[in-house]
Amino acid sequence: MRDARGDVRRPIGLRLWLSGGWLALLTVAALCAPWLAPKDPLMQDLFLGRMPPFWMEGAEPGYLLGTDSLGRDVLSRILYGARLALIVALVAGTLTCVIGATLGLMAGYYRGWTDRVISRFVDIWMAFPPVLFAILLIAVLGPGLVSIIIAIVIIDWTRFARVIRAEAMSQGAMDYVASAQVAGRTRFGTMLTEILPNVLPTIIALLTLEMGIAVIVEAILSFVNLSISTDSPTWGGMIAEGRTSVHQAWWVLVFPLITLFLTVLSFSQLGEGLKDRFDPVLR
Amino acid sequence: MIYELRDLHLSLPDMSRKPLLGAAPRIEILKGVSFDIPKGAVLGIVGGSGSGKSTLGRAMVRLLEPTSGHILFDGTDITHLSEDALRGMRRRFQMIFQDPMSSLNPRRRVGGIIAGPMRLHGMDGLRARVDEALDMVGLPRSFAKRYPHELSGGQRQRIGIARAIALRPDFILADEIVSGLDVSSQAQVLNLLQDLVADLGLTLAFISHDLSVIRRLCDRVLVLHHGQVVEQGPTADLFAAPQAAYTRELLDAIPLPDPDQVWR
Repeated sequence: MRDARGDVRRPIGLRLWLSGGWLALLTVAALCAPWLAPKDPLMQDLFLGRMPPFWMEGAEPGYLLGTDSLGRDVLSRILYGARLALIVALVAGTLTCVIGATLGLMAGYYRGWTDRVISRFVDIWMAFPPVLFAILLIAVLGPGLVSIIIAIVIIDWTRFARVIRAEAMSQGAMDYVASAQVAGRTRFGTMLTEILPNVLPTIIALLTLEMGIAVIVEAILSFVNLSISTDSPTWGGMIAEGRTSVHQAWWVLVFPLITLFLTVLSFSQLGEGLKDRFDPVLR
Repeated sequence: MIYELRDLHLSLPDMSRKPLLGAAPRIEILKGVSFDIPKGAVLGIVGGSGSGKSTLGRAMVRLLEPTSGHILFDGTDITHLSEDALRGMRRRFQMIFQDPMSSLNPRRRVGGIIAGPMRLHGMDGLRARVDEALDMVGLPRSFAKRYPHELSGGQRQRIGIARAIALRPDFILADEIVSGLDVSSQAQVLNLLQDLVADLGLTLAFISHDLSVIRRLCDRVLVLHHGQVVEQGPTADLFAAPQAAYTRELLDAIPLPDPDQVWR
């Protein structure tokens, strides 16, 4: 009765390697920014404003990716910007996930009035325009790292709640849930030990997606100058700054933009890749 | 008596016809069902689709709460017992489900699936008990480390049986357990069940729409039609001299290898 079905192992896909690799690189860069960054990210040198990256004519040695209009090193600012981006991604992403997934799981599994209350709340919540809502929140809370994280959590928990609710509902209709009841497992125990493991791949995929979104939201907020202080290096702040001088110094805009793009793409691809990988069920 | 059912009624709300305000109209699924299951009996519950046989089964193991009437399990009235009050007795009546894919948690290994209910009821020596249960259903012990999707339909259904018998219940409800299987796995699972009934002295209720399966396994049959019992009696009598018109209809629906031959 032995067959090969148990031996199927899929190789780690290219997208998992690439996205994971980029994020690992970024994490190292963020952690080691003080040692890796060639210059102080805040140091201005008005004589060295708008220096091009190293391969172009007129580049200043030591400034690999050029300088912005105030003479600050673009590479160093990107490296330090990675710190803020990753902190926001991790903390805001995780908090959003825990709150949203918990509410979604309860709504989808308990149904009844629990579901009605949570779902109506989600519906109302989703009627607010998100970016405007974020700007309003920051205006009330005052700019700062904590405010950004709170704003992201408050706005985005509905994403998790909705998806996880639907998933928990479809899992709750499965016979293995009825079987757990026949075995005498409590409702709460069934939710944790039977349903949760089955929605976990979806939660993980959403979590990484949410981390990407958190990075974008942080960039949007710093683009409109509502993130942490204007002086600190943030990718969004750099993009905003680069936009004004794109005709004279495109590198100030393009490098943080590429970094941001690759980071968000890597987060979403990592989620997809992980979901494929850790799903023991061949769907 | 393991089970005594008296005038059991069960209705469920019809959400598709629920008005905007107010309660949904209720559909009556069981309309006064009464029967007994003596200890050691193998009762077949047969009926067409929509006859209420699965609902009846789910009420018996209290996955559903009846609207009125009584279900006595080994003398205890479990009709309206709360889930908390039932929990202690749950070990004693078990169920095997129709769809062996959805009734096994896809994220658990077979060993965990079989051991889970035993752990809940505080049984010890789980590893040995899992091995024993796998032996009883004729699967190799190495299967404990496999996931359900790595098994065939017949093998999965054996896991469902192993999970139920591992708890040493007094009663097992088998709800259409062979209807999803191909004919040769059907035969194997039925043989297995027959052996287990003989070896463990199980009391079994076997729900099916297929009279030829019932005839092979059960010593008593109950025919359900539109939520009512239309006929019940010993299997041999029922096949020899069906009383109700509906029973004759069901008997006529059995495909015979030789069309000119009649049952008997």
